[in-house]
Amino acid sequence: MSLIEIIKEPWPWYVAGPLIGLTVPILLIIGNKSFGISSSLRHICAACIPANISFFKYDWKKESWNLFFVFGIFLGGIIAAYFLANPNPVEITPQLSEQLATYGITDHSGLLPKELFSWESLFTLRGFIMIVLGGFLVGFGTRYAGGCTSGHAIMGISNLQWPSLVATICFMIGGFIMANLILPYILSL
Amino acid sequence: MNNLENKNTDTEGINGSQIKDSGFSNLKYLLVGIFFGIVFVKAEIISWFRIQEMFQLQSFFMYGVIGSAVVVGVISVQIIKKFNIKTIQGEKIEIQPKTFNKGQIYGGLMFGFGWAITGACPGPLFAQIGTGVTVIVVTLISAILGTWFYGLIKDKLPH
Repeated sequence: MSLIEIIKEPWPWYVAGPLIGLTVPILLIIGNKSFGISSSLRHICAACIPANISFFKYDWKKESWNLFFVFGIFLGGIIAAYFLANPNPVEITPQLSEQLATYGITDHSGLLPKELFSWESLFTLRGFIMIVLGGFLVGFGTRYAGGCTSGHAIMGISNLQWPSLVATICFMIGGFIMANLILPYILSL
Repeated sequence: MNNLENKNTDTEGINGSQIKDSGFSNLKYLLVGIFFGIVFVKAEIISWFRIQEMFQLQSFFMYGVIGSAVVVGVISVQIIKKFNIKTIQGEKIEIQPKTFNKGQIYGGLMFGFGWAITGACPGPLFAQIGTGVTVIVVTLISAILGTWFYGLIKDKLPH
């Protein structure tokens, strides 16, 4: 198998995890930046819709590195999808596949199920909750918590900050409750 | 501009570096972002299915990713501190401590809900749009509005 074929295969966790972990020292060494992605949402608010709210009155231009970083993530997504795409459907566990089939979700051709995340779905109640309410909770929750998976779970814990461990445990508890107890009702809508 | 009460939450996410980056020097963050976005997609971390498998304990994959990322992160930060490694500009590396407030619990739970619904943290949202799932632009705008709404009502929330 050629190198490009190996790269096109899905990468195992023990390759992806350490590469993500390395982002922490890379950002510190190239510019004293603490890894954190959800702050970009705040900078976008500060730049576009500050509305005289004190939380958005700061020099966001000084933090523009973060916007370059997330724009890079977007470009990385394009490169990976168009030049390094895995030709095979996403492999998912048989249990999940069976569960999802009961909600009419059978399309595993992409990384997100088309039945839930598409423009057609947006105009259904189920799709609206998933796309709009889900996004709102991500934006509100991460800022209220003071960070997301990158800022707390990876950067904060890397710096041995116990509040980040608390936040990470709460992310997981929230995720367990939603995925197991509430999401089944949303998916049956 | 900050009153004392808001100090902790107002400054988080704002970096300590005193060196002002020019537009050109910001390009290096763009490159790191591109690299990061490729990892996100190729390891399928941005997959809604992977996140469901994680929260339903059906697969070890995401635990392996986050766990090994944390191990590498902890070791790197300890090395940087122990050997007093400087930035490439020669500045001392400073990492802001995280101070505890109740937002980490309430906000953490809310983000957990959103994470399980959308299958994405803020980073993967940008990568998902890149892979061509354009409707995620709506999720991103909604997340930006969520952040904005937090800023609007934060003084009324328990912290």
